[in-house]
Order: sequence, then C-alpha cells, then structure tokens
Amino acid sequence: MAFMRKTKQFNWNRKHLLGLRELSAEEITYILDTATGFEQVSTRSVKKAPPLRGKVVVNLFFEDSTRTRNSFTLAANRLSADVIEFTQKSSSVSKGETLLDTARNLEAMGIDIVVIRHNAGGAARFLSRNIQAAVVNAGDGFCEHPTQGLLDVYTIRKIRGSLEGLKIAIVGDIAHSRVARSDMWAMTKLGAEVTFVGPPTLMPSQVSKLPVKVSYSLDEVIEKVDVINMLRIQFERLGGNPFPSIREYSRYFGLTVERMQKAKPDILVMHPGPINRGLEMESEVADGKNSVILEQVKNGLAVRMAVLFLVNQAAMVTKEK
Amino acid sequence: MTMKVILDSEQIIDILRHLTNDIISKIPAGQEIAVIGIRSRGEVLAQRLASILSKKLKKEVPCGTLDITLYRDDLNLPQNSSQPDVRTTEIGFNIDNKIIILVDDVLHTGRSARAAMTALIDLGRPQAIRLAVLIDRNGREFPIQADYVGFTADAEPDEIVYVHLVESDGKDEVVIK
Repeated sequence: MAFMRKTKQFNWNRKHLLGLRELSAEEITYILDTATGFEQVSTRSVKKAPPLRGKVVVNLFFEDSTRTRNSFTLAANRLSADVIEFTQKSSSVSKGETLLDTARNLEAMGIDIVVIRHNAGGAARFLSRNIQAAVVNAGDGFCEHPTQGLLDVYTIRKIRGSLEGLKIAIVGDIAHSRVARSDMWAMTKLGAEVTFVGPPTLMPSQVSKLPVKVSYSLDEVIEKVDVINMLRIQFERLGGNPFPSIREYSRYFGLTVERMQKAKPDILVMHPGPINRGLEMESEVADGKNSVILEQVKNGLAVRMAVLFLVNQAAMVTKEK
Repeated sequence: MTMKVILDSEQIIDILRHLTNDIISKIPAGQEIAVIGIRSRGEVLAQRLASILSKKLKKEVPCGTLDITLYRDDLNLPQNSSQPDVRTTEIGFNIDNKIIILVDDVLHTGRSARAAMTALIDLGRPQAIRLAVLIDRNGREFPIQADYVGFTADAEPDEIVYVHLVESDGKDEVVIK
C-alpha cells in the first residue's frame, strides 16, 4: 500500500455534550481539530456558514450568564441556525418539575438542540434522557461546564502545540467551580499535570479521589507551572466564611504583579471571567503580556460552533437508526 | 474488483502543463489570478498548477485551499455512520476582483463544485470563477461544467475514479475501480 496521508478515521457519535469526564482524549482532540476549521468563519467577509440552516437552537438558561449565552447564540447564528432565548431564574417551583415541563414544551415546538445551564448538577443529563433533541451542557451546578473546559485546552494547545507534560495550576474556589472540574478532565486526559490551589475551605471534600495534585500555597506552585487558571471567587455561591477577609484571600491566592515575577516568563494566565479585578487577579496581570483571557473568549466561539455542528451531525446519524 | 490505470505519472505531468498553457491563454492581460484547490486532492493539484503558472508568468500566483464541508448539501440528511471531518480553509489573500482558478481532482456529480462556489463567494467577490479539473467523468447531477479539463474518462456508475498524487499517496496515478 502506498504512503497515505495521516488522516484520522474517527467518528463522532455523541448527540449530547454533557461533560468532559466521559469523553476520551481522542474525542476531545477531535472537537478541538474541528474547532480549528471554524475559526476562519469569524474572520472573513461573510461571517456565516450554512451547516445548521433550518435548525432551531434553544438557549435554556436557568442561571445568569452573559459570556456563555452570547457565545452560544453567536455560534449558532454563525452556523445559520435560528435561536430561541429562554431565560428563567429558578423559581419556587421544584427544579425537576420545571425542567421536565419546560422540556415537554420545547419538544412540542420541534427544536433541534438545547443548550442548557442550570444550578442543579445533572440537569443536562436529565434533559437528554427526556427529550429527543440534542443537549449541550452550558454549566450544571458544581459538576461541569464542558465548553469552557474545551476552550481552555483549545487556547493552550493553540499556543503551546500540545498539553502533553504541561504543568497547570487551577487556583481559587475549586469547591464551587464546574470550570475547575471540566478543565481537570480535559487537561489531564490530554496529558497535562493539574494542581488545584486554594484554601482548604474551598477544596472539594473528595479532592483526593480526583486525578490532581493539591496545594494550599500559591507561592509554592507559581514557579513551576506553564499555565495558571485563576477562578473567579463566586460570592453568590459562597456560604459561611471560607476565608477571613477578601484582603487576606487576595494576599495568599491573588495573582499579583509581584507574584508573577516568580513565574516562568512564558506562563499563560487564564481566567474564565468575569474577573474580580484586584481580588483574584491584579489589573496589570489581567491585561499583561502573559494574559490570554480575551483569546479564551475568542476561541470559545469556534469551540461552541464545533460542538453545535458535531452534536447536530450525530443527531442526523441517530435518526437513521 | 478490477482496477484500471487510466493515467500514469508522465501523462499527469503532461496534462498539468497543457492545463496551465490553456489557463494562461485565456486570462486577459493585466488580470490578477489565483489558484484555489478543494481539499484534499484538489489542494495538491492547485499547488502544482500555481507553481507552474508562477514560473510561466514570472510572478507569484497566490494559492489557497478551500474546505467545503460546511457547504455540502448532504449535511442535514439522515446519514450513515460516517460524517465528514471539518478542516481548515487556508486562503491567505483577498479574492476580490481576481479570477479564481478553482481546482478539483475529479468532476463527477458537480455537487462539490457547487459547494465550493458558495463557499468562495462567502469569502469575497471574485472577478470570475473558472473550474479546472484533472478528470472529467460522466455522472453529472448538477448543471456544472469545467472550463479546463485535463482528461475525460468514461466510467460505469458504480465505478470510482481515484486520483493518487505523490504528495499525498506516494505516486502519481489515476485509476478506475
């Protein structure tokens, strides 16, 4: 047999993207490769391509979001889908009931893809089992935020070429962070070594069972890492008094100009946004030369286009059967 | 299954030379041209044509690659288990007002050429699009014809024409299976 160009013979067959924990490294890589092909749609004269023409995407957001929702809307629009925006703050109605009821109403409208954010873990999976449409998880409770995890590894891979062997710190409120979890799954599957950094009060209770190292001192970790992802302190989720004062948190776990001087010169500084400037990160660092925060937002669009495209393609295959 | 070689390496090189002469003879003086290949065999052919054209015209003829996956007309049909991979479009120049030589290996149903034209006009407004193919075979489903044809092949409906090229397959050869 003559030399063949190295093309991967891989078939994406997931109609839902619920989390990264269940994906293989090969599947994650396939999404990233596909996203590369979508980047140019946003840079050319007609910023739209036709693959989801005639499809309806519903943004079903039970929690506040600007960045993620806008990114999904724009991604769907750029693929020529029609988008219904459904925002509803969770109410006194019990969540299970609301969700199932809403799902049945959506079914009746004949929609194709549901993008769901919900404060209950497992909400996306619950929905996927009860409706025919493809389901994309845009954040469920403290569980997963798969497209954020994907755009984070996409950003790192684009700059560094690969995640293999990279040391990555994820810093801050790990316990309440679905971003930390999705990042952890994606990064470790692609060969990076992940360290969770934060005060013990903000670590998940079963952290020793996760494929990560744990450190309670940012100063010990900062010198060694290639990438640092600073999580937002989620005041809306914090109960009790996880740290004595904001100033103290900032002193021990904030990414300051001073602390950055100990870091590798080419360290990538990431943040899922929105930033509490001066708290988890000083402005000079957020806007500094190592920051790839706006790059993350830009890449998020290509990644979400790829995800919408792939789940729709898989749904077309499913219909045949 | 029988396999028939219809073009060998020398014939392919010869055909590419004729194609470039044909292209040059029909381009008005002073008109800017660029070559764009459809992934993946069209990409290799486009690079070869652009390189020959650049030598003959004594100026760099820009060359790019078009991925037409997003423009295929079968994406939203119920599919069998295989979906097309989305790859990158790499066109590092402005296509406005240029004559674009759109290159593919085989013109068969005409569906790829249709998709490629739609994809191209989302990138800008070329002065004209001309279609150049190595092999023109029977079996058209769309009203599309090539402007530059390297070789016309008769194939049975169940036969497939394979274009193998050194860059991607190790040798230059066109076979019908």
